[in-house]
Amino acid sequence: MPKVLIVAEHADGKANSSTAKCVACASAIPDAEIHIVVLSDDSESVANELAALAGVARVIRVDNSQNSNTIAAVQAPQVVAVTDGYSHVFGPSTTFGKDLMPRVAALLGVNQVSDIMEVLGSHSFKRPVYAGNAVVTVEAPSDSIVVATVRVASYRSVPNDGGATIDAVTIEAELPAHTRFLELQAGSADRPDLQTAATVVAGGRALGSTESFDLIYKLADALGAGVGASRAAVDAGYVPNEMQVGQTGKIIAPDLYIAIGISGAIQHLTGIKDAGTIVAINKDGEAPIFEVADIGLVGDLFTIVPELQDAVS
Amino acid sequence: MDKILVGLKRVVDYNVRVRVRSDGSGVETDGVKMSINPFDEIALEEALRIKERGDASEVIVVSIGGNDSQQQLRTGLAMGADRAILVDSGESGDPLTYARVFLALIERENPGLVILGKQAIDNDNSQTGQMLAALWDRPQATFASKLEVNGDKATVTREVDVGLEIVEIDLPAVVTVDLRMNEPRYVKLPDIMKAKKKPLDTIDIAELNIEQAPAIKEVNFEPPSDREKGVLVDDVAGLVAALKDKGLL
Repeated sequence: MPKVLIVAEHADGKANSSTAKCVACASAIPDAEIHIVVLSDDSESVANELAALAGVARVIRVDNSQNSNTIAAVQAPQVVAVTDGYSHVFGPSTTFGKDLMPRVAALLGVNQVSDIMEVLGSHSFKRPVYAGNAVVTVEAPSDSIVVATVRVASYRSVPNDGGATIDAVTIEAELPAHTRFLELQAGSADRPDLQTAATVVAGGRALGSTESFDLIYKLADALGAGVGASRAAVDAGYVPNEMQVGQTGKIIAPDLYIAIGISGAIQHLTGIKDAGTIVAINKDGEAPIFEVADIGLVGDLFTIVPELQDAVS
Repeated sequence: MDKILVGLKRVVDYNVRVRVRSDGSGVETDGVKMSINPFDEIALEEALRIKERGDASEVIVVSIGGNDSQQQLRTGLAMGADRAILVDSGESGDPLTYARVFLALIERENPGLVILGKQAIDNDNSQTGQMLAALWDRPQATFASKLEVNGDKATVTREVDVGLEIVEIDLPAVVTVDLRMNEPRYVKLPDIMKAKKKPLDTIDIAELNIEQAPAIKEVNFEPPSDREKGVLVDDVAGLVAALKDKGLL
């Protein structure tokens, strides 16, 4: 019977929704028994939260003062130490999981399956390659442990009606001190998180300046939406990189995505193709964004966006 | 620091619209423009800048693949790398094998830094750097947008989902770079001529006694499922009505 261990992502005593999406992915493996491991300096509240996720049988707490910051070189040996008896180890395909999981895979002597978007069987998965221009079906060897990251935009969080057992383990592993956390410069926290927001408003190069990007923020606030941007807008310096949506930024799946002044390069479309409804507002009616948009409006964003803001306020 | 090792992967050019072969065996590469993986080009640029600041004495570019990867190594030499190593592995490989190859080269060259791209734009795996750091038992600073070397330490700014994370690492270490780290220089014609005289060594992968990693088999390639084309509305009122119709407002 497959036994899946999921490495939890969390911060400030709260679980990241990426973990509940990893559980949804693991639940697609027939007959899988699902456990979660929480590495923290104080994992109690996160463990309690995760124990409620539907389909999870056990939450393993690993408390260690060296886990106060997430450092892959420190966490990987601890993950490896609890993998005995598991057929699969999953983590989210967020910067947390992308950093940590390959390090775990290498210590276990296996390649990783990156960005699972669909489970076909216990060792058979679909994943995107070439910026999402192709989807490949892969088969992991059945005689070794499967280490994988889950493309979180492909899954919806499982509900909170479960009741897993929680137990704590102590790991006797020598942990390195060669990597030291100094500082986190987090972006603005007064808007919904881009990766979990139900509605996302995103702006592109057509905004033309940092000042004009205010239009995007105002519309987003009127809608209670998260804010994203195309790579072109980030490269032009209008907004910080953590707002970037696309192959080299965030892959998101909101219910509603409103692309404003974004032409729709394939690398950007990769980041939004799982969105429920895509709205495009662009003055160029030939822009590729209209090929994927469910609702398109051709026109000048500088008149349309304030009008739309008024209409939804 | 003495040496910096930089990995250069040969990939389908960033601007090529990739098409899946009709038999599902892969993507079309016949007659398609090939280039250095863009993240690797940024890695090389950063290594060259560190050397130009006097913090390293030699930049070595490494590619693992077939003979045609010499093209990308020559471009790397023209950008300013001092020498190149091609590890001839035939056609394709996997991240764990690449990491093991780099580890074997590290044992030969003793670099103070290994700088790689954060991912290759063909397989989008984002694994090799982290795996190498694990096997080498050294620090990894992934998705870096800023790298400052101070003696036997480095301060690295990492682009993480919530913003920027700053870490200090002991050297030697592995750094994987993100897009905003720098803008790679253009190669000038005289540099291309000069690069032809720089050393490019080929090592057969068999010479390195690499343990074969269990392969993840690529069974079938398919184009992504298309979204259906939607409707155009005439004005904001039409847009609001369409959103209300879908229950989104």
